[in-house]
Parts: sequence; C-alpha cells; structure tokens
Amino acid sequence: MSLFKEVTSLIHKEILLEWRFKYAINGILLYVVSTVFVCYQAFKSVDSTTWNALFWIILLFASINAINKSFVQESRQRQLYYYTVASAKAIILSKILYNMLIMLLLSAIAFVVYSLIFQSPLGDPLLYALSVALGSTGFASVFTMVSAISSKTGNNSTMMAILSFPIVIPLLLVLIKVSNHALDGLDRSVSVDELLVLLAINIITVAISLLLFPYLWRD
Amino acid sequence: MKHYWWKILAMLLLLYSIVMGILGNVPALPIVHETIRNVYFHVPMWFSMFTLYFISVVYSIKYLSSNNPRHDLVAVESVNVGIIFCMLGLATGMIWANFTWGAPWPNDPKTNGSAIATLMYLAYLVLRNALEEEQKRGRISAIYNIFAFPIMIVLMYILPKNTDSLHPGAGGNSGFGDFDLDGSMKAVLYPAAVGWILVGIWLMSLRFRIRNLEYGRHQAEY
Repeated sequence: MSLFKEVTSLIHKEILLEWRFKYAINGILLYVVSTVFVCYQAFKSVDSTTWNALFWIILLFASINAINKSFVQESRQRQLYYYTVASAKAIILSKILYNMLIMLLLSAIAFVVYSLIFQSPLGDPLLYALSVALGSTGFASVFTMVSAISSKTGNNSTMMAILSFPIVIPLLLVLIKVSNHALDGLDRSVSVDELLVLLAINIITVAISLLLFPYLWRD
Repeated sequence: MKHYWWKILAMLLLLYSIVMGILGNVPALPIVHETIRNVYFHVPMWFSMFTLYFISVVYSIKYLSSNNPRHDLVAVESVNVGIIFCMLGLATGMIWANFTWGAPWPNDPKTNGSAIATLMYLAYLVLRNALEEEQKRGRISAIYNIFAFPIMIVLMYILPKNTDSLHPGAGGNSGFGDFDLDGSMKAVLYPAAVGWILVGIWLMSLRFRIRNLEYGRHQAEY
C-alpha cells in the first residue's frame, strides 16, 4: 500500500470510530461550552486583550483534552495490529491530520459560542478566523507528538501538561500577537510575518514528528 | 598532560577573564556604568548552556541510531549541567537587571524565553523519572530532547529578536559590539566564553564518568 492510501484509510477509520461512539467529540464540545460559561460567569465583561487571552487559554485546554486520548483510547493489541499493517509514518500522519480536522471543527464551534456569549468588537474577523485555523492546526500537530510520547508513560494527563506547555508557548505567543492585530483591525500587511512563522512552526513540527515517530512506537 | 591540557587551559582562561574582567578597560556608559563587566560572566553562561544542550541533542540522535546506553548517559548529564548554567545565567542576569533595569524580573521576552526553556528541560528530567525500563527511557527521552531543541532556539534566539526587548541586539537595540570600539572587551569576553564552555564540558564528563562507573557495576551485578 502506498503511504497516501494508508493515510486516507487510517483517517477514514478514525472518523468512523468517532462517528460510531460520538463520545469524545460530544464530551469535548460540552467541555468547551461549559468552560466558556464558567468564564462568562466569572468575568461578565472584559476588555479586548483579556477577551483574546481567555479565548486562547480555553482553546489550549480544550485541545489538550481532545488530543490527549489519541494514543490511549484504543487497546495495545489493536495498536500493535495497526503497526503491522501500516507504516509508522502513515500512522503518525493520519493521527496528525485527523486531530487537525477535529481541532478545526472544535475551534470553529468554540469561536462561534465564545463570540456569541462574550460580545467583543472584532476588527478583522477574517484574519482572526485565519489565526484560529492556523493555531488549532498548530496545537494539533504539537500535541499529537507529545501525546504519543506521554502515552508511553503511566500517568498520562500530568505528563501531557508538563511536556507540552513549554513546547507550545512560542506558538501561543505568536498566535496571541496575530489575533491581537486582528482584534484591533490593523492592516493585514502587519501580520504577514507572524502568519509565516505560524505556518513554518506547523511544517517543522509535522516534519520532526514524521522523522521521530518511527523510533517511538516500537515497544 | 596529553589528556588534561584543556582543563588547565580552561582554568587559565577563567583566571584571565576574572582578573581582566575586573581590572580591564570598559567604555563609560550611562545607566550600566561599571556593571557592564557582568557581560564577562552573564553571557558565557548562556554560551555554555547552549553548547551543552547541543551536545545533548547530538548524543540523543546518536542514541537513537546506536542504542548505546553510554550515549544516553552523555545526553542526560549534558542537560543536567546545562540546567545549572542556565540557573547561573538567570541569577547573574537578575542581579544585573536589578541594577540597570530597576527590577530583577522585568517583563523581557529573552528572560521569559529562557525560563520557559528551563521548564522544558526540567520536564525532560521528569519524563526520564517517569519511565522505568532503561531502553524505553533512553529512546523516549531522546525523542523529546530532539523535539525540544528547536523550540529552545526559537524561544531564546528567534522570538526575542523581533519583539521589544531590553537586551542589547534585540528588538532594534544596538548590539554589544557597538559599544566596544577598540575590541578590548571582546578580548576578555571570548576567552571567558571558551573557558566556561570547557568547564561545562569538564563537569559533564566528570558526571558522565561517575554514571558510567555506576552503570558498569550495575551490569556486573546481574
């Protein structure tokens, strides 16, 4: 089987699994909506900088929770089976792409709910949406690799947090900067550099994951 | 003499940098005044830390291809000593910042970046403790180490370059070289940096040799 075919059939399998159980996606959606409500009850009204920071923090925790399970939800025996039928590169690539899809869906819903409940003047909605899309795919690619590492240790969720937070901070800093530009409605040429950095971070993390995962999965 | 000449060299370079760092000529500048001499001690810490983390990532890559446990020991001991140098760099930086910028921890991207990078390497050590089986520990922590290294460079060198920073040479500030017109400071700074890098490698090799002996004894017992 070619790599492309392996990846597409693995993603198909992931989507099918999710569709049959609907447990993870519904759970994480409820998580996002209830976090937004908790923040709303706590803050009532916020200025635009806090609005932005709060949104990214909600998205950060939601994505950690969504991606944390990606290597532990299936049994070891079944994972062993995947490793015998597909190459390691296809497995990590399919996981990353699937998590990117999930994160795009999740962040779109989170964004709609958040901006419905918390009213804030958005200067440049299109640029903000672009930064949310780039941010959620970036979170997906970083967290997928870290969850692969942390799934090898026993205490999963603590490990996931301490391993991934320092790694994701550069991404988060750039994201907050771009989305602040979008909130203030600055000219788009100001944000081009940051968007390129975001794209570069995405490509680099996917490339490193592809290089390193073949060493990781063997037990 | 063949094996330890570089240790003597390191000592001589450090002695030179301490004597010349305190007695040598420095440009008279506002705000920093004589604290500019701290550049001989603050900057080499970061050079040494960077060298040690680089050694660590090289040995992590070697471990992945060779599975030789000694490569893993070099990687972890480099990180251990690198963290000490990072702490020293933060400490000298905080003393310096207290005099020149008015607070030990100003909101500076380079300071924050190095603190976050330290968290990342501490997480590497915690990850090692969480894994019991020796080969698995070596492999997984090597993967995290390789994953973390480019992020460390982004945090400490690339992000501060294009943000507003108090550090010289970042965010449009003039670099260190602009003040040092006759090169008398470079003549102290570079030997000091080489000296501290050698001391770092020396510390790392000592720690590695202890670990290696322990490892050998452990193997002999079973």
